[in-house]
Amino acid sequence: MAKLILLLLKCILLCGTVYAVFEDQVGKFDWRQQYVGKVRFCHFDAHMQSSKKVLLATESNVFAALNTRTGEVLWRHVDKTGPEGNIDAFLQNGQDAVLVVGNGRFLRSWETNIGGLNWEAVLDSGSFQSACLIGQQGTVKNVAVLKKTAISLHYLSNGHQKWIENLPDSDTVDYQTVYSGGNSEVYVLGVVPHSHIAIVAFSGDDGEILQQSSVEAPWLSSIPESCQMVDQDLLICVDSTTMSLYTLDLKLQLQLNQIPLQSLELEVDPDFRPSLVSHQPNPAKQPRSEFFLQLAPDHYVLLQFNNGQLVVLRDFKPALLVSFATTGEKTVAAVMSPKNKTVAPSSQASSINLFNAETGRRLLDTTLIFTMDPNGGKPEKLNVQAFLKKDDSVGYRVMVQTKDHTLTFLQQPGRVLWTREEALSDVLTMEMVDLPLTGTQAELEGEFGKKTDGLMSMVFKRLSSQLILLQAWVAHLWKLFYDARKPRSQVKNDISMENLSRDEFNLQKMMVMVTASGKLFGIDSKTGGILWKHYLENIPSNAAFKLMVQRTTAHFPHPPQCTLLIKDKDTGLASLHVFNPIYGKMSHVSPPALPQPILQSLMLPFMDQDYAKVLLLIDDQYKVSAFPSTKYVLQQLQEMASSIFFFLVDSNQGRLSGYRLRTDLSTEQIWEVALPTETQKIVSVKGKKPNEHVHSQGRVMGDRSVLYKYLNPNLLAVVTESTDLHQERSFVGIILIDGVTGRIIHEAVQRKARGPVHVVHSENWVVYEYWSTKSRRNEFSVIELYEGMELYNSTAFSSLDRPLVPQVLQQSYIFPSSISTMEATLTEKGITSRHLLIGLPSGGILSLPKMFLDPRRPEMASEQSREENLIPYAPELMIRTEWFVNYNQTVSRVRGIYTAPSGLESTCLVVAYGLDIYHTRVYPSKQFDVLKDDYDYMLISSVLLALFFATMISKRLAEVKLLNRAWR
Amino acid sequence: MSACLYRDSYQRVFLCCFKDLSVNDGLETEFNGFSVPLEHSFEVDDVAKFQLRGSLVLKTGREPSVSLNQNQLSEEDRTKLKEVAAVDGLYRIRVPRVFLQADKQTEWQTDGHLTAFVRACAMVESHLSDVITLHTDVSGYLIAVSIVTFPGACRGTEVEDEVDLEVFNTTLSIMAPVNAPGPETALFIQRMEQEFEKKGKNPQEQKSFFAKYWMYIVPLVLFLMMSGAQDQSGGGGGGGGNGGGR
Repeated sequence: MAKLILLLLKCILLCGTVYAVFEDQVGKFDWRQQYVGKVRFCHFDAHMQSSKKVLLATESNVFAALNTRTGEVLWRHVDKTGPEGNIDAFLQNGQDAVLVVGNGRFLRSWETNIGGLNWEAVLDSGSFQSACLIGQQGTVKNVAVLKKTAISLHYLSNGHQKWIENLPDSDTVDYQTVYSGGNSEVYVLGVVPHSHIAIVAFSGDDGEILQQSSVEAPWLSSIPESCQMVDQDLLICVDSTTMSLYTLDLKLQLQLNQIPLQSLELEVDPDFRPSLVSHQPNPAKQPRSEFFLQLAPDHYVLLQFNNGQLVVLRDFKPALLVSFATTGEKTVAAVMSPKNKTVAPSSQASSINLFNAETGRRLLDTTLIFTMDPNGGKPEKLNVQAFLKKDDSVGYRVMVQTKDHTLTFLQQPGRVLWTREEALSDVLTMEMVDLPLTGTQAELEGEFGKKTDGLMSMVFKRLSSQLILLQAWVAHLWKLFYDARKPRSQVKNDISMENLSRDEFNLQKMMVMVTASGKLFGIDSKTGGILWKHYLENIPSNAAFKLMVQRTTAHFPHPPQCTLLIKDKDTGLASLHVFNPIYGKMSHVSPPALPQPILQSLMLPFMDQDYAKVLLLIDDQYKVSAFPSTKYVLQQLQEMASSIFFFLVDSNQGRLSGYRLRTDLSTEQIWEVALPTETQKIVSVKGKKPNEHVHSQGRVMGDRSVLYKYLNPNLLAVVTESTDLHQERSFVGIILIDGVTGRIIHEAVQRKARGPVHVVHSENWVVYEYWSTKSRRNEFSVIELYEGMELYNSTAFSSLDRPLVPQVLQQSYIFPSSISTMEATLTEKGITSRHLLIGLPSGGILSLPKMFLDPRRPEMASEQSREENLIPYAPELMIRTEWFVNYNQTVSRVRGIYTAPSGLESTCLVVAYGLDIYHTRVYPSKQFDVLKDDYDYMLISSVLLALFFATMISKRLAEVKLLNRAWR
Repeated sequence: MSACLYRDSYQRVFLCCFKDLSVNDGLETEFNGFSVPLEHSFEVDDVAKFQLRGSLVLKTGREPSVSLNQNQLSEEDRTKLKEVAAVDGLYRIRVPRVFLQADKQTEWQTDGHLTAFVRACAMVESHLSDVITLHTDVSGYLIAVSIVTFPGACRGTEVEDEVDLEVFNTTLSIMAPVNAPGPETALFIQRMEQEFEKKGKNPQEQKSFFAKYWMYIVPLVLFLMMSGAQDQSGGGGGGGGNGGGR
């Protein structure tokens, strides 16, 4: 108890500052966007006619319900990442949604209204194949889960297992599908590739094998890919080599009945694998007898089984996507077809029409126009929500999934209700770019840039621009006055391209985000609104991206310029995408073609004559190419060649090597460090941020002397992990190495430790976090480097001339939680104290003062350490709830935190991205340069006025008194 | 190694090891170590041509140490070094990758070299005073070599090659990774206990207000309660009680 009180007192004494938000500040400076990821399964909640819900299971292992009116997330369940949380199947029955998760490990039932868990059942291990609902006499009571070797039936009401049966001959037969047509029989279909189909019929009541047979099918390799169930227990398959449809009655199981496509006067496109789309509206009833056959990428045919005869109902060509939908007793087919081919393909419009499934007749007034976003991808999937109108006709809404992971929800005749950019659930890298000045400000700015042309014209120009400013100010005042009269809710704060401009303190910026799908976004940091998007097609699936700002907005009239380096991780081949970060448009500057794999890219601090920073790309022949590569740049490069160094890391061979540029743009190796790959591997190499400023060169000690920081901008922190993962022998190595000379400044090894290691490297310190295998806990360690009491060369830093090794101080702490990611705050001039922003797996973002991670924290508090404001050492770092910058706004699966300085020294802009995106401002030293919101202007001005009058009066009185005395 | 052939012309240079090694020829045979060549290269056209500078004698074991035998710079090399310094060329050194924990010296395998550099002018202006550090990893592999000169700057001062550029003045050391400290819980707990004990010495302070003065408070409360009860029955006793209470 006494310990606790003591600790509490210490905490209160040492950090009286509180970093929490006030209640009325919630949502004022921050925003959060929640995403679900790329949709894998989608079901409209159809158990109620007036339902406004769509249920989504996604590839990011998220199960969520969206409001179909607004597109907002009603509820969301985020499962584990990776295969453990992978959603294998999603079945819906009334209010219940049944999910199979983690390769058939879990069976879960969710209540769809509020998103609560009904029950969860743990299944036997075994690779999951298929699942289906089993109905009996019109009601669905069970769910069947098919695994590689066994089939099990579970009650829908409580998840209990009804029965489990092993599958016969499961070592030879590849069982792939389970099917039930509404009677109590459960059919399991398997295939021996290029030989025969195996059919096993189980009794739904007790799991008894009712029937078992095999049918010759030498052309079949996969049932889910080429077969579907239609009509009454009829299996229909399509084969592209024989150009025929095959049907098989599961009840009779005699043999496959071949129907050549030619007999139906149909023809398959060469090199196309035909496929089938069927529909089973109610799992307790048999599937529809109509189905689609896809013959070419844009060719579908609607077919029907009519008394054992196959009838072509309608031919759809061209048709992009098809889908069935059922409402009440009516089933319709929705077909999306390109509207007209004359328009440029980039801004293509498509029309969606409904057709009666039974007759193939087009339903009147059901056309819906879908205009494709020219900056988006092609449509990929069509999800139709059909409903009965009051006059018993069928109305519908559609949700179109496009290749760029966008969901667009439309209603007739083409009104977009909402769109969701699910690509933003997978942001890989981002940058924040200053917004441009307003037109008038730019005008004024441009005036100084131009050459002088006479005194009179200059004066005239100045006057005119001042006039324009005055005009803008009056307009602004008028708008303020006009808006003030309107109720607050009506005042629109919409940011559009036109009124996009920098604010007074540069707090509003453009967030350029690069997503894994290859879609780029420009997001306004104030509101979170998407201002532009651009979809890059043909991005390899394993691409690595590097986003660089080549020219900022500071160089009017040159537009800002960003360059995205897209590199295929396997081949190393790269390409460049150059664009304007404010408007998202592709730049007219054509990037160079890169025929060779790229090893390293390097942004040089010097600029070409158009104020674009020079980007160097090093290919696998160690040749350097520059972008932009104008004559001026090449000349500059030649002059500076001997001072341009770069390093390469080959983690496979454990090799770090340094190169120097030569005047002919070739390179020479100048140093090499090799870590033996048998014992350790390089996991990360971290340099410092190039835009980081350090305000103070040293720290003032308790005795008023100065301890100078070792501020080497070329320092790299190399983190290695041991290959031996035994808990006694595993270690984490940290090597501080100069990137120019290859000199190892410090080499430390953290024994009995394991990764994942998170590192932040800034100023003169490195903070890293690791897992201690000995104590089974997460630990932080901080290394600080000091030159000592004297600076070696105080005017400039050169890696080539620093013979002395810095003093190294290190201290470690216990951290009570594991962490997802870590970043340090960044401010304009580096005066503000630093905080570490730590993304926790729980979804919190912790702002931990760097003060707590200081290797100079003393064992015992002394007079001098108190003078220096050092906190006495305590081995545990505590998580204080007021340190969470995102209060209750949980950010799921934080993958990265980006920090950017604002125009205010006290303020740092923070973006945390992962499944969600969260933006906020942090004030590590509180808002020392801003007056508070509730600052009492009235009081201060009245006091001033009162003082003024008091002096006036007392002066007058004094004068009178003096005069009186003089008379005396 | 071929380096051993030049033994007679070797000149012993300043040694800096973890252990002070006063090496003489008689002791050298007891070394449980081996020697590896230290090569250097300085060319006007900056194309590395490594030549033998000396040999490093590495002593393996728990506390690895190193000593260096190296030649003088020849007349030819001296002029070349000055020429290289004039064009701001590089002075490079390299050592083979070796494993220091190997028991037999034949076991070390050279799969590549570790290289480092310093500006040739710095080498000249420091009068060949260089600091060479060999870095090993946890298991004893040589992972890096570094070279700096002291002073490190190039100021363009004139150097007499006969006097100053003849003999290397090398400070040599071998560095193994330091063990990073873990969280110091033991010391912290010890400190907390000390403070606790300090408090424990005068238990008077530890006790709360109530615990200290209960013997005064309880009778007072009882007395007040009693007097209150008396108040209800009769006024006279109550007045007296109040007076006693004060």
